[in-house]
Amino acid sequence: MARVLAMTRATPVNSDGNGDRPPLVEMTGVNKWFGDLHVLADINLTITRGEVVVVIGPSGSGKSTLCRCINRLEPIQKGRIAIDGKVLPEEGKDLARLRSEVGMVFQSFNLFAHKTILDNVTLGPIKVHKESKDQARSRATALLERVGIAEQADKFPAQLSGGQQQRVAIARSLAMDPKVMLFDEPTSALDPEMINEVLDVMTQLAKDGITMVVVTHEMGFARRAANRVVFMDGGHIVEEATPEEFFTNPTSDRAKSFLSKILTH
Amino acid sequence: MDAITENLDAFWSGFLTSLGICLWAMVGSLFLGTVLAGCRVSPVPPLRAFGTWWVTTFRNTPLTVVLFFFAFGLPAIGINASFYFFGVSGLVVYTSAFVCEAIRSGINSVSAGQAEAARSIGLTFGQSLTLVVLPQALRTVVPPLGSVIIAMFKNSAVVGAFGVGGDLFSTGATLTSAQGYANLPVITGVAIGYLAITLPAGAILQVIERRVAISR
Repeated sequence: MARVLAMTRATPVNSDGNGDRPPLVEMTGVNKWFGDLHVLADINLTITRGEVVVVIGPSGSGKSTLCRCINRLEPIQKGRIAIDGKVLPEEGKDLARLRSEVGMVFQSFNLFAHKTILDNVTLGPIKVHKESKDQARSRATALLERVGIAEQADKFPAQLSGGQQQRVAIARSLAMDPKVMLFDEPTSALDPEMINEVLDVMTQLAKDGITMVVVTHEMGFARRAANRVVFMDGGHIVEEATPEEFFTNPTSDRAKSFLSKILTH
Repeated sequence: MDAITENLDAFWSGFLTSLGICLWAMVGSLFLGTVLAGCRVSPVPPLRAFGTWWVTTFRNTPLTVVLFFFAFGLPAIGINASFYFFGVSGLVVYTSAFVCEAIRSGINSVSAGQAEAARSIGLTFGQSLTLVVLPQALRTVVPPLGSVIIAMFKNSAVVGAFGVGGDLFSTGATLTSAQGYANLPVITGVAIGYLAITLPAGAILQVIERRVAISR
């Protein structure tokens, strides 16, 4: 108990500059193992409403796992994760309800292959929020316009390019009016020329004040849109700073060597 | 050939009874098998254990033995119903184990990301399964499921032999043993009767396979 309290007290330090706003995602003493591999080691991270947090780090550093733990696609073995004050429930209806408040965008898009673009976006609102079909459709159309693909509404996912599919996936998440959006390497499976069309949409969402957790290798996006950069390595959060601080003056050696490898070209 | 032409009525009513058994058992085993497959992939450990137990038990027990339990075991513990009901139930229980495994292989063929995406928009496990995973699993499931169902149609002969009476198989048995017709023509008639069920079933399966293949 003393340990939990100590961690709770430690968390406000992480949310620098946002102390007045209530925390939306709180990870306290989170630990996870895949067999012997300690993928998440004592993670403490607090994300406040409206904040854009970019998680970067080398492959295998645990950044994707961290992202997937927030909506419990991966269960954790130790620690506590709360969203908007509610601790993540166990498997079941409560967890489903909580997940409906947390949007998620995957590296491999994961659009429902047997449904049209429009049906992909309306499925959640109709089945989870019990919206009427007409209402769900008109909102979906508006969202598809927002991400720039309204004219593809009647096609199937396989008929769209990767960038278009990822923008549909973003619209599908937004249709649930999530409190926070998780992006798990959203541009890693895309051709270089399609990366920007997705990043543009994400930058716009950041400007609109949507709370976002973005796992990415796109340093340009981190500089442009993030309020905070979290650098992970070996399952630990090694460094947390504003993008400006992190990219110009990283404190840890690990971050310095990581940045020197990716920012030289 | 007289054995067939003289007894067309008997063959026809035997055919209808067999067809009835087949259709009831098909509906029952498809439904039960799908529910069991849902159990086997569910996040709830007791349900998974139950599904695994069911499949292990009934896939590894001869149909004749399963039917024995239904026809003689259930009345012994005070459950009474018609032999027809016991026969169809035994066939359903036995076949559901195979249906479950065919459907589960289809579920496993759908990429894990589909279910993750479904769950991440807040669909419950049941909704993810019925709205996202199973419709896509259907595509890969039709051929193996077809084989299971056709095997079940033929297994319905065992149910007839168990005393349901009036189906194709027992009609043949009555004609040869009680009425003294020669074996070969009667059995040929019985075979034709079963082919009249299984061949159209195979054709329908091909149509279904083509339909679900297009709708992606």
